[in-house]
Amino acid sequence: MTHSPIGIIGFGAYIPRLRLSRKAMAAALDWLDPNLAAHGKGERAVANWDEDSLTMAVEAARDLLAARALSPDRLVFASTTLPFQDRSNAGLIIDALGLAETTRPADATGSLRAATSALLSALEQTCTTLLTAADRRLARPGSVQDFTYGHGAAAVTVGSGPGVIAEFLGGHSIFRDLVDHYRAEGEDADYVLEERWARDEGYLKIVPAAVKGALAQAGISADQVDHFILPGTMAKIQATLAGKLGLRADSVVDPLAASVGDTGAAHALLMLADILGRTQPGRLILLVGYGQGADAIVLRTTPALSDFIPATGVAGWLSRRQAENNYLKHMSFSGMVNIHFGMRAEHDKRTAHTVAYRKRDMVNGLTGGRCTACGCVQFPRTRACVNPACGAIDTQEPLRLADEAASVKTFTEDWLGFTPCPPLAYGNVQFANGANVMMEFTDIQAGQLAVGLPVRMVFRLKDDDEKRGFRRYFWKATPQGEG
Amino acid sequence: MAKGIRDKVAIIGMGCSRFGERWDAGPDDLMLEAFQECLHDAGIQKSDIQAGWMGVFFDEQSVGKSALPLSMALRLPNIPVTRVENLCATGTEALRGAVYAVAAGACDIAIAMGVEKLKDTGFGGLPERTKGTFEDLWLPQNTAPGGFAQLGAAYAARTRTDMADLKRAMAHISVKSHANGALNPKAHLRNPITEQQVLDARMVAYPLGLFDCAGVSDGAACAIVTTPEIARSLGKHNPVTVKALQLAPSNGVELAHGSWDGSYTLTTRIAAKRAYEEAGIRDPRAELSLIEVHDCFSVTELVVMEDLRLSPEGGAVRDVMDGFFDRDGKIPCQIDGGLKCFGHPIGATGLRMVYEIYLQLQGRAGERQLPDPRFGLTHNLGGLPNRNITSVAIIGRLGD
Repeated sequence: MTHSPIGIIGFGAYIPRLRLSRKAMAAALDWLDPNLAAHGKGERAVANWDEDSLTMAVEAARDLLAARALSPDRLVFASTTLPFQDRSNAGLIIDALGLAETTRPADATGSLRAATSALLSALEQTCTTLLTAADRRLARPGSVQDFTYGHGAAAVTVGSGPGVIAEFLGGHSIFRDLVDHYRAEGEDADYVLEERWARDEGYLKIVPAAVKGALAQAGISADQVDHFILPGTMAKIQATLAGKLGLRADSVVDPLAASVGDTGAAHALLMLADILGRTQPGRLILLVGYGQGADAIVLRTTPALSDFIPATGVAGWLSRRQAENNYLKHMSFSGMVNIHFGMRAEHDKRTAHTVAYRKRDMVNGLTGGRCTACGCVQFPRTRACVNPACGAIDTQEPLRLADEAASVKTFTEDWLGFTPCPPLAYGNVQFANGANVMMEFTDIQAGQLAVGLPVRMVFRLKDDDEKRGFRRYFWKATPQGEG
Repeated sequence: MAKGIRDKVAIIGMGCSRFGERWDAGPDDLMLEAFQECLHDAGIQKSDIQAGWMGVFFDEQSVGKSALPLSMALRLPNIPVTRVENLCATGTEALRGAVYAVAAGACDIAIAMGVEKLKDTGFGGLPERTKGTFEDLWLPQNTAPGGFAQLGAAYAARTRTDMADLKRAMAHISVKSHANGALNPKAHLRNPITEQQVLDARMVAYPLGLFDCAGVSDGAACAIVTTPEIARSLGKHNPVTVKALQLAPSNGVELAHGSWDGSYTLTTRIAAKRAYEEAGIRDPRAELSLIEVHDCFSVTELVVMEDLRLSPEGGAVRDVMDGFFDRDGKIPCQIDGGLKCFGHPIGATGLRMVYEIYLQLQGRAGERQLPDPRFGLTHNLGGLPNRNITSVAIIGRLGD
């Protein structure tokens, strides 16, 4: 009887390009509390104004799908900062990724271990799951959390067969309603309790219970673990727990606190993606998610690991960075200060949902059309071909442009038009397959845009309709390679 | 094969309000100001007018929808009035309606009125608007300068022009228009400027600085048209006539077909070709006496010189710097100040351009009068370089 293992078959990550200097944050807050200087080390990843948990989750999923195309049975989106409470966030990701309508969406939320719990559930099933996790948690200016949090995303695919790169050996979960922090409906930031209590009564008691159960089910001893993954930014918490559990000191995985910050529900998977990108086959991984209890999952990497390389990966995203020293800009992006944008910001962004529905594959998935009569690729897809030499009616088949090569044809940096991060940059983008789309540019540096510059497509927030609590998304172009 | 509109319709009267930030006037006041001049010029009675076309672009913002604003402002005797809108070609589109009605014999005398009241928004620049329910979901919420600014880098790339040289040519265009506007008592901006001022101005949309952008103005302009026979019977012995009146809207090629490189305006090329054929002009660079082109932005004026076949491909920068389009050049452009300085009340602009040609052809342009002009061309470009409507009119005398 052949053994068909279940486990992880792909992984990816996303870290936004802006990295806010904690030293600059502490300097801006020196008047409030000079002791915050103790947190003024390293940098944290900060989402651009047009990124939220959903857009970051899309990027993490694309990071793995670009490495190996896949049609999952289920797509799970784990986050504590879902853009919509009643609208399938995971469903929108399915559309953005251009996956089949038969992919079953599920949003997993309510706890920082939403992703690890979803992962455990996926590992216990036989279908293929794409799990993508992201958080863009807000914190009040001047709070410790604003220093320790980061924004980011990670994704894994779960399935069975020879493509498994990390085999599932065992897992265990503990639920315990220890409220060391929470965020109630309608609140923009977490309410956080004393760290010493959270550590002594929480982490140090709950994590061991989950870990012991998982190790027992996997049939391995603690000292066999090669990589111990536990999110958390408390000082030495990983090392302390490793010692308590009998894990090797060298098994402790860097929680990326100095370079990214704690990315909430995404963080366990982000650390996992980091390790999978640099470990060897045959290694044992202990993955722990924590939040009102804990999940512990034991995985063993397989020889197939060397065949899988995500498009960018954690290391790639870490090197694609732009230093940011402006704390006020971060506060404005977070909605924590009410910047004056002038009357143009009053422009009504009401969405015609009937139209958005009819055109959903074009808007959500950047799906244009290819004329079967002349081969002309075009966006938007219409009934009549745009090629002046063709003009055939009803000949276009859908063609997704989101992953196609493209370059800048025309551009401007517009200081008059409204955007939360001026200037509003846009222009015509020429696709290698012949299509032309006028679109916004994002994640650019001043003076970077040039005719012919290669760009890639990213799914981003287009407009925030604050009046009606709706946000709409579309694709933007961003310079390829190092930002 | 259609014979076209050449010499079938005469312009017997024109009027134009003072353009500018008309805090003192509403759209009805502006229309009446232009109408009084126009009616007096035509030498007819209001009751002689049998049909009207009114052009206004930002309907909700300024004037209102339908025929009513014109009919009510002028207290017209319940004659048919049609409201038209075609982006920045709106004024010319109103003229086209009136001219075609006369040419068809459906009426003897018709009026075309263009009007825009832009300065009731409370902020600078053009009002915000929706592009359409689907377009708003994907097109950037661009501004007009941002739309046209894109011509800059694309033109520089195609023609291998250094951006600094392009910027200097753009500055020359604005300096020239300011010098011309200073001589026009109806112009919005009448202050001469220097090239250095243009180059040092704050950036609006790269590579367009503040002085690369046209004025946002209130104003109205109108024309009364009839047949050449009726014109003669009214004592206009060699009347000003329409030689060509062409319109070319985009069909999506620039927006969605990769064949367009972003450095020129395709519809201008199409409309100009048709207009030259209709007017019987073979060599526009040699035959045109003066031109009024859609200089919403300096870079637009520059690139359309090639689209209108007035400069050779890649030769616009050189012509501009040589003074070919200056007041004392071979083909004076924007002799009245253009959109840049006369101002750009959108619905009125096309008719304002024809107004200047009309005055020049009759030797009535005052301080800015050119010696012996014969053919004048007007050009409007509404929308963005990748999604637009071009109108081209050629105006002359019946005997030419």
